[in-house]
Amino acid sequence: MMAFDLVPLFPELFLAVTGMAHLIIGVWRGNHSTHFIFWASAATYVAAALILMGVSWGDAIVLNGMFKFDNFAGFMKLIILLGLLASAALSVKYLDDEGVSRFEYPVLMTFAGIGMMLMVSANNLLALYMALELQSLSLYVLAAFRRGSLQSAEAGVKYFSLGALSSGMILFGISLIYGYTGTLDYGTLSATLLPMQSIPVGITFGLVFLLAGLAFKISAVPFHMWTPDVYQGAPTSVTAFFAIVPKIAAMGLIMRLLFEPFAPVSGQWDQIVWFLSAASMMVGAFAAIVQENIKRLLAYSSIGNMGYALIGIAAVSSTGAGAVVLYLLIYLIMTSGVFAVVLSMRRNGKAVENISDLAGLSQTQPMLAYTMAILMFSMSGIPPMAGFFGKLVIFQAAVDAQMYVLAVLGVVTSVVAAYYYLRIIKVMFFDTPAPAFDGALPFARRAVLTLSVVFVLGFVLRPSLAIVIAKNAAGALFAG
Amino acid sequence: MTIGLEHYLTLAAILFTIGVFGIFLNRKNMIIILMSIELMLLAVNINFVAFSSFLGDLAGQVFTMFILTVAAAEAAIGLAILVTFFRMKGSIAVEDISDMKG
Repeated sequence: MMAFDLVPLFPELFLAVTGMAHLIIGVWRGNHSTHFIFWASAATYVAAALILMGVSWGDAIVLNGMFKFDNFAGFMKLIILLGLLASAALSVKYLDDEGVSRFEYPVLMTFAGIGMMLMVSANNLLALYMALELQSLSLYVLAAFRRGSLQSAEAGVKYFSLGALSSGMILFGISLIYGYTGTLDYGTLSATLLPMQSIPVGITFGLVFLLAGLAFKISAVPFHMWTPDVYQGAPTSVTAFFAIVPKIAAMGLIMRLLFEPFAPVSGQWDQIVWFLSAASMMVGAFAAIVQENIKRLLAYSSIGNMGYALIGIAAVSSTGAGAVVLYLLIYLIMTSGVFAVVLSMRRNGKAVENISDLAGLSQTQPMLAYTMAILMFSMSGIPPMAGFFGKLVIFQAAVDAQMYVLAVLGVVTSVVAAYYYLRIIKVMFFDTPAPAFDGALPFARRAVLTLSVVFVLGFVLRPSLAIVIAKNAAGALFAG
Repeated sequence: MTIGLEHYLTLAAILFTIGVFGIFLNRKNMIIILMSIELMLLAVNINFVAFSSFLGDLAGQVFTMFILTVAAAEAAIGLAILVTFFRMKGSIAVEDISDMKG
């Protein structure tokens, strides 16, 4: 069963090798090669996705039980690669315009991507920690990528210090769990926890520390303080990357952790997840109302969205897990589209980031305004856009699990959240026009925006397709 | 008196708490935050080694090796980010890291 078999690891190995090759090319050729490395990285993500679809999707545990491949891991990795591809496509022109087009950027994205793919496959607490750090260390550097900007450096400092604190908490939690169960392996862990009549306080403590640290990574309230500052300070293309991909990987990690090794003690953690979810939804909805900066607004929006996704985990059911996977997929695609618009907010060669800068966009750039309006309707969950179905399946799972309070809270906060999404539409369509934005959208950004809008509008035609795929993927977590 | 597992765990818990408080209470210098982070990670290492010896299981000590390596990488990245911040601001006082609020 634990043979030395590297086949399930092929996508990660491929990314690692090409990532290092790109690094060598970059060091050798300097920043002239940035564009080449960007497109080569994008091609690598596509190739890794093809390899991923090529390998057998049966359950496999390799590397001495460190790495697990199943339907869930496979599907989450496909989503992650899609997100990487979208963020690479969104970044190229923006970095050129900002004059920070350096070759390390795509290489760091690739390494973060490997970390994220390993996160959803981690089957051992050591593998969890190493994958998480590979991802986090790359992201710290990306946050501070624009060295010439005080805000970017400050975002890097804040993200680093709070991220390292959360890593410390995760480690402390892991050490307690290891001490009280004597194992780091997910399989042995659940086998040890299952027959326990009463849970030792050390395990509860460890689990709380572990969950608190992971809540930092998905920016769930009350561990969300870094999010608005980092989103605002980091270069916008990095903000897009942060909003799109790492959240999904961290959610995948949390789902595997809670539904596999800690499933026998679900009574210990479902209250915590319940609280994280309720608090995130409320802060995400109310704090965003007063924001003027669109990047800060999207930071609170992502906090709120993670709150909705956590409802599905709190439901502790296979329906709930399927709903989370579907929600994350829809969230990823919507957010890519929204950031394609935000990245295009440039005036006189400088990026502008206030909501008031969007004023009268419907007259200056009608196409951009209409696509943004569609995405905002979808984000606020108005049918028949994709965002509505994401929320529908989540609330459905909550009602099935008889968590009426959380479901009602979710509906109420999405009504509040609709206010600030609709305010953007109001500003774009009814306010006195501000001066027009610079030029046309570059091809890659236009492609991301078009695909995103097509998905958001087209989802209603075949909703069962994605719902069934997500459900099958999540079902793998409950198979054992 | 023999030194048992509980002594090591208490020591590690105290060091960890000092590390956490060092991050939140410190108003002076970013370097102190970096030191506090190191302290937290080392406290965890004590935990791991103590448990590993207590359980007679090597996995904990292997974990410690990995933590030491990652801590070195983390310190390198933290200092590098701090240097870029210092170049822009000319200071690494915690109270100066306040350009963005709200």
